[in-house]
Amino acid sequence: MMGIGQASQLRRVQEHVSNRTFDLMCVATAFVLAVHANHLPWWLSVALVLSLALRWWQRRERPGRVPGWLKVPMLLILVAVVVLDYGNIFGREPGSALAAGLLVLKLTESESPRDARVAAAFACFLLMAALLFGQSLTATAVVALGLLPAMTTWRSLEPTQIPTKLSRQLLPALVLLVASLPVTLTAFVLVPRLSSPLWGTSNSREARTGLSDQMSPSDFTELLTDDSPAMRVTFDGAPPPNDQRYFRAYVMWDYDGRDWKRADVPTAVSLPVQTTSSVEYRVSLEPTHQRALPMLDLPLQAPSQSHMRVDGEVFTDKPVDEVQDYTARSALHYRLQTELDPDTRTRALELPSGFDPRTHALAAELRQRFGHDDASIIAAVLRRFHDDGFSYTLLPAPLGRDAVDDFLFNTREGFCEHYASSFTVLMRAAGIPARVVTGYQGGFWNTLGQYLLVRNADAHAWSEVWLAGRGWVRVDPTAAVRPQRINLGAARAAAGQLPWYESGLLESVRNQWDIVNRIWDQSVIGFDALRQRGLLTPFGIRDVDTGTLERLLAVSIALFGIVGLSWALWRRSEGDPALAAMRALERKLAQAGIARGRSEGPRNYLRRAIRALPGQRVELDQLMRCYIELRYATVEPSPESLRAFRQAVRNFQPHRVV
Amino acid sequence: MQAQLQRLQEWAERRLPALTRHRRLEELPIQLNRRRIYIVPTGFGAAFTVLLLVMMVGSLNYSNNAALLLTCLLGASTAMSMLIAFRTLNGLCVRSVRAGHATAGQPIDVIFDFQASRLRQAVRLDIADGSIAFDVNGRTDVRASIPTEHRGWLTLPRFRIWTTWPMGLFRAWTWSRPNLAVLVWPRAEVSGPPPTLLDADSRQQRLHRGEDLASLRDYRSGDSMRHVAWKASARHETLLVKDYEQPEARQEWRLDWRHLRGLDNESRIARLARWLGEAQIQGRPCSLWLPSEFIELGSGPTHYARCMSALALLP
Repeated sequence: MMGIGQASQLRRVQEHVSNRTFDLMCVATAFVLAVHANHLPWWLSVALVLSLALRWWQRRERPGRVPGWLKVPMLLILVAVVVLDYGNIFGREPGSALAAGLLVLKLTESESPRDARVAAAFACFLLMAALLFGQSLTATAVVALGLLPAMTTWRSLEPTQIPTKLSRQLLPALVLLVASLPVTLTAFVLVPRLSSPLWGTSNSREARTGLSDQMSPSDFTELLTDDSPAMRVTFDGAPPPNDQRYFRAYVMWDYDGRDWKRADVPTAVSLPVQTTSSVEYRVSLEPTHQRALPMLDLPLQAPSQSHMRVDGEVFTDKPVDEVQDYTARSALHYRLQTELDPDTRTRALELPSGFDPRTHALAAELRQRFGHDDASIIAAVLRRFHDDGFSYTLLPAPLGRDAVDDFLFNTREGFCEHYASSFTVLMRAAGIPARVVTGYQGGFWNTLGQYLLVRNADAHAWSEVWLAGRGWVRVDPTAAVRPQRINLGAARAAAGQLPWYESGLLESVRNQWDIVNRIWDQSVIGFDALRQRGLLTPFGIRDVDTGTLERLLAVSIALFGIVGLSWALWRRSEGDPALAAMRALERKLAQAGIARGRSEGPRNYLRRAIRALPGQRVELDQLMRCYIELRYATVEPSPESLRAFRQAVRNFQPHRVV
Repeated sequence: MQAQLQRLQEWAERRLPALTRHRRLEELPIQLNRRRIYIVPTGFGAAFTVLLLVMMVGSLNYSNNAALLLTCLLGASTAMSMLIAFRTLNGLCVRSVRAGHATAGQPIDVIFDFQASRLRQAVRLDIADGSIAFDVNGRTDVRASIPTEHRGWLTLPRFRIWTTWPMGLFRAWTWSRPNLAVLVWPRAEVSGPPPTLLDADSRQQRLHRGEDLASLRDYRSGDSMRHVAWKASARHETLLVKDYEQPEARQEWRLDWRHLRGLDNESRIARLARWLGEAQIQGRPCSLWLPSEFIELGSGPTHYARCMSALALLP
């Protein structure tokens, strides 16, 4: 039973923010700064964290607001540095930098509950804004975690007297969030997605590392150390062996002495290719903000809403700004374009004049030595790469104006880009049509998830040469230098430069973790308007339109409302359990025709019942004595006797004797 | 702004009685139920809802499913907090209201006896321009004070039980007006003559001799001249009186309404109230004759309370 509470202390509604509330606000703000740290300039992050810490310390030592003469200059400085660094204050990056700064400034004046509420709500908004910069599982989890201190800030402003530790205080908010999950998921699935954005979304995309449609020396350096996933591939049947996992994205035709560029070659429904077998696979491509779709070498057909060029590049109709899934079919063994038209041939032999004289000389020398035997020339060049002290490194020495000459005869170190570029130039100089292909090679086969994970670090460049009778043939000069590159991946191949976390157990853990990311990408990030429309396919409805979705959403919210309301309205039976059991007994007896009179005491009533039901005299007598005992003999009846009484009432069945 | 809102509320309550069903008096105990608990978003709650909508449109526009998921999460939590606010009040019971004693002009303490089967946090009670926050766990007494002006019965003003628990996004409230009045005692006059003693018996006034002199104190009206410490007084500006140990028995006062002639009723009541107060302080037995009743000789807090209540209830 409930104890008699002592007179509660009077407590006025708090007008000032307590230290605890302020601590919680600081934690929420720290979360905001943490999730935005990735894209804020480092000095701004440091300055904001320092300001936050100073403010916290100041409030501990001398409670009160920060004076205006300090606040106004801080605001001006904030706006000034954002404008100086970004050029304006609008847009995603400058906007969030400014907002993060404003939040920290808001804390300098947050002394009233209203200020604290507003600051916490603003923190929630900024946490969400951080997801515009990347919606990985980790980022989302951190943001969700950041909601806890914000919600607890509001909670701590309520005037309750029950003191709790900080960690205990966070718990109810967590419980609330977890309890909200069913509604959340339903709403998430059913909120109709916009098929086209209401306002522009493609502005100010950050410059991501990723393959691009041109290739300059050392472009890849950043890419080859970027461990983030580029795409995931599942195969119908066994995956191709490692040395055949070449995914082509761009084909580079035009060389200007330094950079390779792709050319606008015509589109083709299908390629002039001869093949006997093909492999089917599905790709889930991470956002690249570009239009190229990497395809296993060599694509036979473009996926829907995309088109193919005659050199085997595949482009979608709009940039890949979200995770994109596509199914494709490719040939691993093929003969491509066995007949070369003169225009293409000219283009595949073109070299800028006035560059790389030594390379041209070497090409001429090779041509002279091997005559018309193109294959031997290729073999000789590859042998040269293998034997003549060439090395594979991700940090090559810079190259001069005659980049290929410099590479072939001086530095002799580099990675796929250098090898592919100089090999192609050498081939063209020797009169063999050649082009550079960039894409991905290798990847990690995840046995648990049965898919191939291709990382940005797997970016690769290789060459294709055209040989009479065989068409375009893939030649990977990097493999000649460092075969491990093809078998182990770029970073591994550059042995000695491995960071500690690259190796062994940790790497396998990271690869397994990727499965979780994949599920996240597929089920949450990739849940777009298209997937939503197919939502009810298992129930026989192929295409769910917006109206149906809205109705579904309304119905489910109503259902959840009913559940929630019944929870809110449900009341534990308050009052005396003995009395409740007695009421049950009365109902039973009333059914047998013995209703309790309005002013009839329990003793009289049960005696009357005994007279009416003489056959059950013993039972009723027992019940009566039990009840009198429970109700009137003790202040606090023992749970055992209560339970016994309730059980006896439940077992009692009146048998009317007529 | 605040005043205007209040006027608007008063007007609404006058014109729309349905809004304020619980203006009528009701009997204790009062158990709050769904029929009388209202709930609306607070200003902050409304603003936060707008913020949620902005976040939702933004995440839909940018096809940002992670943000949409978390926006849904926040929205669902907000809706849950509404239910929690309701649950904080639902089933809460005002078992009884007890009142202390106070004289007119002073605030009177009113003790609300709340009961709840489970913990209710951050419940607030607004009564007569005051606001109190408290938790209810089991049975809890909550003390509120209400300003008083006149003697006599004071009907307990309508009060509001409300909460914005747990996050200040929704306000659940209920009005209540128990059929209860508290008695306010009359205000005592500030100064005046001592009561005229009918049968001034010096023997009864005599102090308990043989005890040591306890202290000297300032002269008070009614002190016997015999106790004035003349020598000590000569050294001071005021008269000093020898205060002996507790007198064996003070002379009793027989206070009588009829002896106070030449005064209007309220002045008589004020004077009697002052005398009763002095008698109570001095521990002097007294009796009180009033047109309405006669209270026999007696002393102690109960006697005092009885006399004061009789005074308070005079027409």
